[in-house]
Amino acid sequence: MFESSLKQLGDALRAKNISSVELTQSYLDRMAKLNPELNAFITINPEMSLAQAKAADARLAAGTADALTGIPIAQKDIFCAKDWLTTCGSKMLHNFVSPYDAHIISQFNNAGAINLGKTNMDEFAMGSSNETSHYGPVKNPWDTARVPGGSSGGTAAAVAARLCAAATGTDTGGSIRQPAALCGISGLKPTYGVCSRYGMIAFASSLDQAGPMGRSAEDLALMMNVMAGFDERDSTSLQRDKEDYARDLNKPLTGLRIGLPKEFFAEGMGADVAKAIEAAIAEYKKLGATIVDISLPNSKLSVPVYYVLAPAEASSNLSRFDGVRYGYRAPEYGDLADMYEKSRAQGFGAEVQRRIMIGTYVLSHGYYDAYYIKAQRIRRLIAQDFVEAYKQCDVIMGPTSPSTAFKLGEKGDDPVQMYLSDIYTIAVNLAGLPGMSIPCGFGDNDMPVGLQIIGNYFDEARMLNVAHQYQLATDWHSRAPKGL
Amino acid sequence: MTWEIVIGLEVHAQLSTNSKIFCGASTAFGAEPNTQADAVSLALPGVLPVLNKGAVERAIKFGLATGSHIAPRSVFARKNYFYPDLPKGYQISQFELPVVGQGALTIQVAPLSGNAKPYEKTVRITRAHLEEDAGKSLHGDFHGMTGIDLNRAGTPLLEIVSEPDMNSAAEAVAYAKALHTLVRWIGICDGNMQEGSFRCDVNVSVRKPGEPLGTRREIKNLNSFKFMQQAIDYEVQWQVDTIENGGKVQQATILFNPDTGETRAMRSKEDAHDYRYFPDPDLLPLEISPEWIEQMRATLPELPQTKQARYVNELGLSVYDASILTASREMADFFEAVLAAVPNDAKMCANWIMGELNAQLNRDGLDMAQCPISTQQLGSMLMRIVDGTISNSGAKEVFRTMWADGGEVDAIIEAKGLKQVSDAGAIEKIVDEIMAANADKVAEYRSGKDKLFGFFVGQAMKASKGQANPAQLNDILKAKLAG
Repeated sequence: MFESSLKQLGDALRAKNISSVELTQSYLDRMAKLNPELNAFITINPEMSLAQAKAADARLAAGTADALTGIPIAQKDIFCAKDWLTTCGSKMLHNFVSPYDAHIISQFNNAGAINLGKTNMDEFAMGSSNETSHYGPVKNPWDTARVPGGSSGGTAAAVAARLCAAATGTDTGGSIRQPAALCGISGLKPTYGVCSRYGMIAFASSLDQAGPMGRSAEDLALMMNVMAGFDERDSTSLQRDKEDYARDLNKPLTGLRIGLPKEFFAEGMGADVAKAIEAAIAEYKKLGATIVDISLPNSKLSVPVYYVLAPAEASSNLSRFDGVRYGYRAPEYGDLADMYEKSRAQGFGAEVQRRIMIGTYVLSHGYYDAYYIKAQRIRRLIAQDFVEAYKQCDVIMGPTSPSTAFKLGEKGDDPVQMYLSDIYTIAVNLAGLPGMSIPCGFGDNDMPVGLQIIGNYFDEARMLNVAHQYQLATDWHSRAPKGL
Repeated sequence: MTWEIVIGLEVHAQLSTNSKIFCGASTAFGAEPNTQADAVSLALPGVLPVLNKGAVERAIKFGLATGSHIAPRSVFARKNYFYPDLPKGYQISQFELPVVGQGALTIQVAPLSGNAKPYEKTVRITRAHLEEDAGKSLHGDFHGMTGIDLNRAGTPLLEIVSEPDMNSAAEAVAYAKALHTLVRWIGICDGNMQEGSFRCDVNVSVRKPGEPLGTRREIKNLNSFKFMQQAIDYEVQWQVDTIENGGKVQQATILFNPDTGETRAMRSKEDAHDYRYFPDPDLLPLEISPEWIEQMRATLPELPQTKQARYVNELGLSVYDASILTASREMADFFEAVLAAVPNDAKMCANWIMGELNAQLNRDGLDMAQCPISTQQLGSMLMRIVDGTISNSGAKEVFRTMWADGGEVDAIIEAKGLKQVSDAGAIEKIVDEIMAANADKVAEYRSGKDKLFGFFVGQAMKASKGQANPAQLNDILKAKLAG
């Protein structure tokens, strides 16, 4: 049952082979056993999950069930969910019980899905290893001495360890794709604007995008059918016709043009990762695809550009956490300025503080043009590179991460090394393009390797098709960590 | 005085939308604290702003009314600073690209010194931009702590910035008043200064004529024209004294204390914030199409200056009368509705409204909207003067009755017996009787004592109980006395 696809679970529920309460309870039991070691969840609330399951069973009985009705889905703790503790991985929100639902949460509620719990994450989504969480690091289910990636590391570990049927993540610079790669699962960051950001705690507003994480492309398609859609409460949400993301899954790949950016295959990638990626490309050739060599000349600037723009936006987005209205306030303080300083110094962790300071600096008088304005200009050049590339190919492929999962604490002292984990994923956010990661083999330490697939704007259905055909031909995605 | 005063204004006009600029919460004034603070007003984690179209429409109207450039594309920016009544830690405003660009407002300045003549002046508008208001910090009964009321947080404001074109307190007040009239006239702001719907920041500096601009100090948050006048007078004197005593004016933000009539520095340039403006990534650039501008233009009423010119050129009113009648939209609407009843007697309408009606309104402390006499009532009354039914003094009686007790004009004339006697036969009879009773005076008149004519008018009026049509009485008397 824990290996079943979302479609199989839905069929079983609708056929009354299992009830949602039973299904939810078995996940809760599994979680009780495995989560203490993995630390994938910040909040579990069996009572609320089971109440939802009961309601789902009623809906199943009434014959009004949708594709995901009754299926337990875990939610990244960045999404506000009514009556749920919503911490964003931070001490700052250690006591914040949300009075409202994020758009994504309402979409799952309307679909009748079960909120199985809130998954652990890097604090305010700032991190690539899940080590910045106030609630402790998440362990990689493939090797608990290693990180699951970040910032959606709790989600990735929960999916990989079969603690939920599927889950949500968010991706600002690779936070869905990189942990998906490091935990051997599939994850999709949609085109910017496809999923509403309303109720998703902002890190860098112009880059943040919610997306699904699961065990197969097919599962991601069903998740996207629930998550995508216009929401008038988000001014950057795009008004588009509703689409069925599963519609193209079974199309053959004959004639597919895959662009391989030479910059992604230059120095920096581990040899074991390169080997797995090359094998995956060979598999695609067998499936009928042709290979096109392309160039993304400005992509090498994406890490520095990102580390100007994302902290700039974050420094402002995180100003609301001031100890005045909700969240953490220092127990003792003098005047108002002291209250702000102590509350924020105690409530935010080191990485968050570092990014607030970088962001404040680059927006400061006298530095704004040299940093922020220049970075925006380069951002447009990076996006333009992709426009040129898509004149020659249909999808772009390459590694998701330069290495497989590293050891806990390995990069803790060197933020720049940590930032380079996202070297292949960041350009996609800067351009607002959809990107995904699917498992394509294992590296030297038997840790999973992720293949990144980057599509053109709104090409999610085609990307899912490209991923699904590969998953029909290979079984990397159905491998499970041993010993669980 | 050898000093030239230089003044520029920044006016915050609260736009009259029902809901806030970036969310659906109500903007109504005076609600219990925080009852109008929804998730967005509270800046809960994850909430996002959505621009209120009504606020943009009002900004467009203002731009049109001042002949300003309306930007086809403007950008919302975040102004970052920490304050407890600023829930997001930044204010959404417009910085580099405001919605309204350069324009102008022509004002009538009535100088304060006794014998100077009123004159016209054009003040250039630099820009006007949309932004959200902050909440309020309450320092009342909170056990030594500060209370925060976020009802006002997110209320839409249009900040209207002028060039430093004003050279006296009188000009600054005239400009502020003209702006105040205009925003109410075009229906974008209720202008309620007590409730903070119209707040003025005044930048003041002094210099010797011909020299570069002096260092300015900004008087914040003036909420009455009287205080503005007092604050500027005090500040100008302070700056002049400071310089003449060998000191230097330092750039500063200052507050005016109405109780002492003095200004005092709140913060100097050194503690000025670095607001770290940058475009708000949660909001798309605001795009305004030519079609949208034309739609808004179609909803604009005739503007006060256009009306003034029309009153002078077409109705033959004086510039003074025209400016009084266009002091508010209510006044002008009232005038035009009354004029519709007696279209050829604009001057009479103007006199009644500016005279009797205004005096009564002032006496009772009412504004035009609360006027107990309707335009229909006043119009019918004036019609009865024109057609000779009542005299001017009779009309005053009718007016007072309507003011106090209401009622229909003809019924009041009837009940009070105010109808003039316009029957030639009846008047002749009265005149004959008076002449017979005063034969000696008739003889004196006929021998050249013209002054006695007034005596006969008085006697005849008395005999008719004041109801004789004066013009008719005059004619008849003249004819009969002439023999």
